[in-house]
Amino acid sequence: MQDTITITINGKEYKVKAGQTIMQAADSLGFHIPRLCYHPKLSIEGACRVCIVEVEGMKNFVASCAFPINNGIKIKTNTAQLRRARRDIVELILDNHPQDCHICERDGNCELQHLAYTMGIRKKHFEGQKKNYDLDLSSASVIRDPNKCILCGRCVRMCTEIQGVSAIDYANRGFDTVVMPAYNQPLGESVCSHCGQCINICPTAAFVEKNYTQELFEKLDDESIIKVVQVAPAVRAAIGEAFGLEPGRNMEHETAAALRKLGFNYVFDTQFSADLTIMEEASEFLERVQGKGKLPLITSCCPGWINCAEKFYPEMLENISTSKSPMSMMSPLLKTYFAQKQKIDPEKIFCVAVMPCTAKKCESERPEHTVNDMRATDLVITTRELAWMIKSAGIDFVNIAGEAYDKPCGMSSGAATIFGVTGGVMEAAVRTAYELYTGETMTEIELEDIRGLQGIKEGQLTLEGQEIRIAVAHGLGNAHKLLKIVKQEPDKYHFIEIMACPGGCIGGGGQPYPSENLIPLDQNLLNTRAKALYESDRKNTIRRSHENPEVQRLYREFLKRPLSDKSHELLHTHYKAKQPQGIVSHMLNNLQNGK
Amino acid sequence: MITEDNTFIDEIKNFIATKMTLPNPESNLIAVLHKVQQLYCYLPKDVIDMIAIEMNIPAAHIWGVATFYHYFNLKKPGKYIIAICLGTACYVKGSNKILEAIKEHLKIDVGQVTEDGIFSIQPARCVGACGQAPVLMIDEKIYGELTPDKAIEIIEKYRNKNNND
Repeated sequence: MQDTITITINGKEYKVKAGQTIMQAADSLGFHIPRLCYHPKLSIEGACRVCIVEVEGMKNFVASCAFPINNGIKIKTNTAQLRRARRDIVELILDNHPQDCHICERDGNCELQHLAYTMGIRKKHFEGQKKNYDLDLSSASVIRDPNKCILCGRCVRMCTEIQGVSAIDYANRGFDTVVMPAYNQPLGESVCSHCGQCINICPTAAFVEKNYTQELFEKLDDESIIKVVQVAPAVRAAIGEAFGLEPGRNMEHETAAALRKLGFNYVFDTQFSADLTIMEEASEFLERVQGKGKLPLITSCCPGWINCAEKFYPEMLENISTSKSPMSMMSPLLKTYFAQKQKIDPEKIFCVAVMPCTAKKCESERPEHTVNDMRATDLVITTRELAWMIKSAGIDFVNIAGEAYDKPCGMSSGAATIFGVTGGVMEAAVRTAYELYTGETMTEIELEDIRGLQGIKEGQLTLEGQEIRIAVAHGLGNAHKLLKIVKQEPDKYHFIEIMACPGGCIGGGGQPYPSENLIPLDQNLLNTRAKALYESDRKNTIRRSHENPEVQRLYREFLKRPLSDKSHELLHTHYKAKQPQGIVSHMLNNLQNGK
Repeated sequence: MITEDNTFIDEIKNFIATKMTLPNPESNLIAVLHKVQQLYCYLPKDVIDMIAIEMNIPAAHIWGVATFYHYFNLKKPGKYIIAICLGTACYVKGSNKILEAIKEHLKIDVGQVTEDGIFSIQPARCVGACGQAPVLMIDEKIYGELTPDKAIEIIEKYRNKNNND
């Protein structure tokens, strides 16, 4: 087969790489063919027909996402007839769509809306039949609205091919087709891990997060309570995008300032408790290496992964670290340590968390996370929800002067910052575990082997002559692949980090929708967000969790030492096997290889 | 026990096992679903779960296939399935009126089951008894030359029979 072939697009000849589809070739030449159901990371569906083009010699228009190029092929991408046909296709989709854009969550950020604009649809020709389904509100994180679904199937492929969860699929046929969990059971009772990737990949608002902004605005008005907020690392790497700023700008201090302007009394940094998580988890790892407990140890900060583990891997729950996530370590400390220090009645503290994640909403509702019969985290909002609140409150986020986080839970190391990116928790844990075990300071602390967007990453280090093998997976599909290896070779790794979302928290299900010229899962976008966090780590004078003076003080004054009784009471948890209907042991057949 | 009636579980598992050795075993999903329906008259959810595990196909996907084809019943049919012939001869003789009368009497639609689980209604094409049109069939027994009243009388006989069993 020739490596390059000649194709003609719109009357001009080009040399392009063979073996591509028309759309891929056109993309490489700067012709953007409109599209809807296509996504480069997912299998080709060819469902929407928006990407049709004219090929000389073909009777009908062909879907460019699915049609392979050959030598000498003559393609037209923008004839008047094509434009009409594409406009009709989008118009017919719109006819069955609610057309309530002004009250829709995705208003201004909807691919269908954008497509209608670029197609030049300015007139309504048909009053199409509308769908009338109840919203699925059963999940604490994700709302499913079949009325807004245009059946592009991106969520189905995302859930199956990237996440390997397969919680949803098409059911019924024709106009009655609905994307739903098996048996039409509520999402909250299904195998869903609540990662929220369906929200990120959906072109419309058929999947959205459960929105708590109105509730929070009301709480912020309540002067009888102390409003306390914490912000996760990945939020600062992405929130600027929601305000039109270039991706990769770290908005750490701007976010703190905006939260104070919104009315929070104290603004803390989840990175502080990320350092704490590392103290506990690294200590736990060292105990297990010395024979107390099961290996490999698997990280526990990611609630999407924990949901997945409880449903898909009940036999591996003992491998998962008992350390709570940074969010769920911070909240109980605020209602004990901080309350005591400030002499505040803990019942009066309202704990809010801003997370890049939808599954954190589920995590906050876990009954095992209560502290002295109080809910630990009272409310979780996503990066998207915070961005909207800032806009809605009229705060000039772009020009705001940055502010520092409050004490005593606002200081953090660079190790905590990189929690937001795949491999970061492992890197942070290694930096601390090495020193706790050997008593020597690790010098080469940037672990390049476990950085980057490769699906599964491996690394190793030596702890006093003992070889420690580590592995990192991001995206639940990659987690399934890695755990399949672990089941075959239980001794292959000592320590494993798993994050449910592609890229880690920076690609979380609660992050801002991509701006106009970007697509969800865009690798450059994820890399840019990651870079923002790695740079912040490099600039920090403290780069190891155990060097965080506020964490040291917390241990001195309150917790005594890692894995102490107090730590176990407040900072550790347990997991329960859950067996919803529709579980398949491992669904590797449906996962795409090499992505 | 995975369902209230697990008589056929081993048979289905064996059937799946014969398919799993073939290339692309997942393409035999429809054949497996046919087998289940043949044995249970419908597709019990627990059995779909079992197929999901045995065939390594997500349950949401099996559910998609099962709901796509009208042939598959997703609800347990009634103890007595009332098949009303809507073939040409019966239709000309007014079987649609009989169907309406039965629907009204049992307060269910075609394809549904009465709350007590005793009856369900299914439309049938010609059952080969056109001479006696209009006809209905219950438990492979044919009742002909019906009127709406006669049809309801027959149904009530089955109800009494069930109550006495």
